[in-house]
Amino acid sequence: MSVVLPGTLPGRRRRRPLTLLTLRAGGQARVRIGVALVVFMVALVLLGPLFAPHSPSAFVGLPFAPPSGHVLLGTDFLGRDVLSRVLWGGRSILELSLAAAGLGLALGTAIGLIAAYSQGLLDSLLMRGMDVILAFPAIVFALLAVATVGPKLWLLVIAVGLSHTPRVARLVRGASLDVVNRDFVYAVQAMGEPTRKILLGEILPNIAGPLLVETSLRITFSISLVAALSFLGFGLQPPAADWGLMINENQTGLTIQPWAVVAPILCIALLTIGTSLIADGLARALAGIDRAAES
Amino acid sequence: MTAAAHPLVRSASRWGRRALGFGLPGFVARRVLWGLLTLFLVSIVVFAATAVLPGDAARAILGRNATPAALAALRNQLHLGGSVFQEYSQWLSHFARGDLGVSLASRENVSTFLSHRVENSAFLMLLAAAIGFPLAIVLGAISARRRDSAFDHVSSIVMFVLAWLPEFVVAIVLVVVLGTTVFTVLPPVSFFPPGDPPWDHLKELVLPTLTLVIAVAPYTARMLRASLVEVLESDYVEMARLKGLSERTVVWRHAVPNALAPTIQVIALNFAYLIGGIVVVESVFNYAGIGSALVQAVQNRDVPVIQAITLLVAAVYVVLNIVADVAAILVSPRARTSLR
Amino acid sequence: MTVVEVSALRVEVAGQRADIVDDVAFSIDAGDVLGLVGESGSGKTTVGLAMLGHTRRGTKIAAGQVRFDGHDLLKMSPQQLRALRGKSVSYVPQDPSAALNPALRIGKQLQETLVAHGYGDSRREREARLGEMLEEVALTDDPSFLKRYPHQLSGGQQQRIALAMAFACRPRLIVLDEPTTGLDVTTQAHILETVRDLCATRRVAALYISHDLAVVANLANRVAVMYAGRIVELGPENALFNAPAHPYTRRLIEAIPDISGQHAVKGIAGSAPAPGHRPSGCFFAPRCSFAIDKCQLEFPSPANVSMGHAVRCHRHEDVRAATLLERSAATPWRAVDSKQALLEVHSVGAGYVNGPVVFDVNLSIQPQQCVALVGESGSGKTTLARCVAGIHRHATGQMALAGRPLPFDARRRDPDTRRRIQYVFQSPYTSLNPRKTVGRLVGQPLRLFFELTAREEYERVERALDRVALTSAVVDRYPHELSGGERQRVAIARALVADPALLICDEITSALDVSVQAAIVDLIGELQREMELGLLFVTHNLALIRTIAETVAVMSKGRIVEYGTVEEVFSSPQAPYTQSLLADTPSLGRTLAATDDLSEHT
Repeated sequence: MSVVLPGTLPGRRRRRPLTLLTLRAGGQARVRIGVALVVFMVALVLLGPLFAPHSPSAFVGLPFAPPSGHVLLGTDFLGRDVLSRVLWGGRSILELSLAAAGLGLALGTAIGLIAAYSQGLLDSLLMRGMDVILAFPAIVFALLAVATVGPKLWLLVIAVGLSHTPRVARLVRGASLDVVNRDFVYAVQAMGEPTRKILLGEILPNIAGPLLVETSLRITFSISLVAALSFLGFGLQPPAADWGLMINENQTGLTIQPWAVVAPILCIALLTIGTSLIADGLARALAGIDRAAES
Repeated sequence: MTAAAHPLVRSASRWGRRALGFGLPGFVARRVLWGLLTLFLVSIVVFAATAVLPGDAARAILGRNATPAALAALRNQLHLGGSVFQEYSQWLSHFARGDLGVSLASRENVSTFLSHRVENSAFLMLLAAAIGFPLAIVLGAISARRRDSAFDHVSSIVMFVLAWLPEFVVAIVLVVVLGTTVFTVLPPVSFFPPGDPPWDHLKELVLPTLTLVIAVAPYTARMLRASLVEVLESDYVEMARLKGLSERTVVWRHAVPNALAPTIQVIALNFAYLIGGIVVVESVFNYAGIGSALVQAVQNRDVPVIQAITLLVAAVYVVLNIVADVAAILVSPRARTSLR
Repeated sequence: MTVVEVSALRVEVAGQRADIVDDVAFSIDAGDVLGLVGESGSGKTTVGLAMLGHTRRGTKIAAGQVRFDGHDLLKMSPQQLRALRGKSVSYVPQDPSAALNPALRIGKQLQETLVAHGYGDSRREREARLGEMLEEVALTDDPSFLKRYPHQLSGGQQQRIALAMAFACRPRLIVLDEPTTGLDVTTQAHILETVRDLCATRRVAALYISHDLAVVANLANRVAVMYAGRIVELGPENALFNAPAHPYTRRLIEAIPDISGQHAVKGIAGSAPAPGHRPSGCFFAPRCSFAIDKCQLEFPSPANVSMGHAVRCHRHEDVRAATLLERSAATPWRAVDSKQALLEVHSVGAGYVNGPVVFDVNLSIQPQQCVALVGESGSGKTTLARCVAGIHRHATGQMALAGRPLPFDARRRDPDTRRRIQYVFQSPYTSLNPRKTVGRLVGQPLRLFFELTAREEYERVERALDRVALTSAVVDRYPHELSGGERQRVAIARALVADPALLICDEITSALDVSVQAAIVDLIGELQREMELGLLFVTHNLALIRTIAETVAVMSKGRIVEYGTVEEVFSSPQAPYTQSLLADTPSLGRTLAATDDLSEHT
């Protein structure tokens, strides 16, 4: 019998499906812009303090002084340098939102996978438990959490993370349901592979695409929620330099010195635009790959 | 033929089917029962968060220097003292009877305190929904019909970015552009005397409404586009064209009825999102609704107000979902008949 | 009278120069059925849709004519086309469950074609026509039936509705796109009967698209064979099947198993080139045993071999000369008589939440014996096979493997038992984890059942791949980089690597093209002999088992209704179910024999 391998694919490089997804996403202009924005903003957040002209807590002028050579973006409501506070003030948002997104994704993925695979009573219990969290809008859930012991940063991470959990769990469960009844899962069940390995080795890699898109969305949403909470005064407490807090503190001077509000707003906007562009590109690339796989 | 359970129907347990009957009434009964159970669980979460977890809630609220008499009075008001179960059941029974307690900050009865705020928030939300969802349907339908056109590409990317911008960012940008700095055509805050009906202050409502519309309409439009594209690319729409039906018949008789159920669900989902959106938007614009009231209550540790608002929000969410589920089933013959 | 004439039709992938089909030409006369045969991806449906001036998204008609009644359909305005579609030219879809609108009652869907084309002057006239249409396809026009939604009908009823809809306005041309795929043979026989009658009595020209040669031979007057977007041979049904002039046609006929005679099926190695990857010369040359240098360089133009019989092959004369159907007889083998059965199934019942699907089944397999389990979809055969494999747990009764009790749940079996029973699934598109390389897929049982060094593992994987005729170059490929046939070989290699005693093959060829199917059956037969496997071969295709099994169990509605040697069951079936199954299975050999008789008498 002859060898059946077609000779039509010479020199074609073989790539893991996830690599393929990343490459396809990376080919889109929107993703490149998104990555550039995110890289720029992360660099600003991490390296910014090195370039800050003043200490973020030093009083360098009159309150709400307009921009000048001395203070490029003017001063805030206490007379501190807006530029320096912007350069210092992104770290907390970035750290908190990444931690919260990580927590929500890990927990949600675990719950979604187990629910989809178990498919019985456990599935119902887990998902209906998730329904209870879903009954609160994310920000209301976070406020309820703050109501327990006050604005603590760890509490913020847990509350925002938990508010992600049911949404991630639903997505993961939905995507996994398409996978758990496919024959290759039965094939390894018949071989006697332990459940943990089936979940992590067989099912998880097959939902990696949607999960990657969800990850970028969850990070976007985390940034948005953490910033909103600190804008409402439940994040970092004064005199810390924090974008959300800055907007809150300086909102009264909006007519006199808009830069104190506009600068941190711009930072948050650019960061979320960056991450959402990446998410959009990934989702498009994924849809394209799915369509190609069907034909 | 036993078709697999329709995704809209969700798997009802055999127990649930036997106990509550088949058909649409049985389905509604099951959904309502589940909604009540969810609310019951929600109430436990709320009670636990506000009255149990912080240890001595009364001391936490009044601070270290509170007199024993004040502490005792507050404990009594919050139904504290006794076992957790007693406390909870007492609290719940008062709540169920409509006795929401007295606000710790304003010393007002919570139901009076909230009544005009609920009205204000509901008006703002409905206004945003009335503008945002029709707009989203139109935008989604155009993008789906003109798939891959320049309009579709540009609108999709703009909508995506807008959809994921934080509401307070949108709100403040709008304030800067239209209220304070660039143009000063609209009031930057939406404060008006309590008790005034919101529809007498439409000018104050423009910016918050616009913010909420930007928060939900783009995302709704994108989700709708996806479900519409699926319907338009379906075999039955192709078949309708191959039968020589006019394009109007193809769209209105063959595509639209199948797009209704997903549309209802997308709108319900985004309506729920709107409820969260008002918290931030009301705070930015200093609008006297339940959202800004919740933020103040959390700042003041005004436990009865927090409890009332969070439960109210959850109840609205639950009711909304029941209505959407039932409506989606009513417009989808496949799901409707699989109930029998 | 010629109803439709297609010439030089070319359909491209939009925005690329790659063609999906090119240079397609044929004509159909009133009352004639042209069968369009080809494997998946050959462009059959694309041609069918072009007959209605329609293209799927992402494709466009780049050149050619479709002349209907003297007018080029491809030049018509949308309004003109709309007036034609459904009225003069109609379409029967492959999958009616997706093509009927789930939100509209079937009565409404039937009516609207009549209304749209102004058929009948009054509501009453249209209702009368509706009744007539439904009677023609053997359905009732009972109002309660017309009020149903498509999902409340069976697959056969749905397809009848689609047929009635297509014939509603008495069209002159009808395109049937694999209308019986997915139906069981009895329903298929009825549908084909209806189509044949309607076309003959109404003098309708029909284009019947199918991958099934036997069905086409049964129905068509003339046949066109498509390969990689080209019609490679076109001729009268009889001439084409009895004396094919194209090597592809010839190999295709050899590849289909037939219930009429005992012969080994022969597969075609390789796979058809996709659009954009087609070679410069003849597209079939890489898989062709007749190929010469000229074939690599020049795509052959059509040549007439006889009246109305054209072929695109440089060597068609030699091909025709080579005797066709020099089929080698299948080599049956006997099981070793053994005191102990390899597998024993004793009064097993199984089911799902909705109810039981398998009742009180007894079955035994001797070592090295091949038992075929035949039945239509829904007969419970796959459920039974899954019980044996340990992946269907809702079951009652007893099973034993080599005398030792066999639990239903694979997790409660010891590793050696799990190793000794291996299962090959129906679709290699779902049975291989798309995120794993072939090497890891095939190596997985080794890691579970044996303790091997990396080197030993690699060697065994390589050996298993070699056994299924794959090179070790596939080791680091992902399943999506392989063709369907190659994927199924990987799945077989994964089963073999565990060194099983019992191999369960569940419909392993039904997701594959005919030419590939034959090669896989060949391979399984060979492996069974070499590796001395007990084999449970589950299939819906009666024709297939003649070449591989010696014992057959026929299953219907969850019970085994007939059990015996293949010879006995085929020559003198006892159960009425088996008898009708044999009668309804379309057979190329039988059809050809019948037409031969006919021509001798006239």
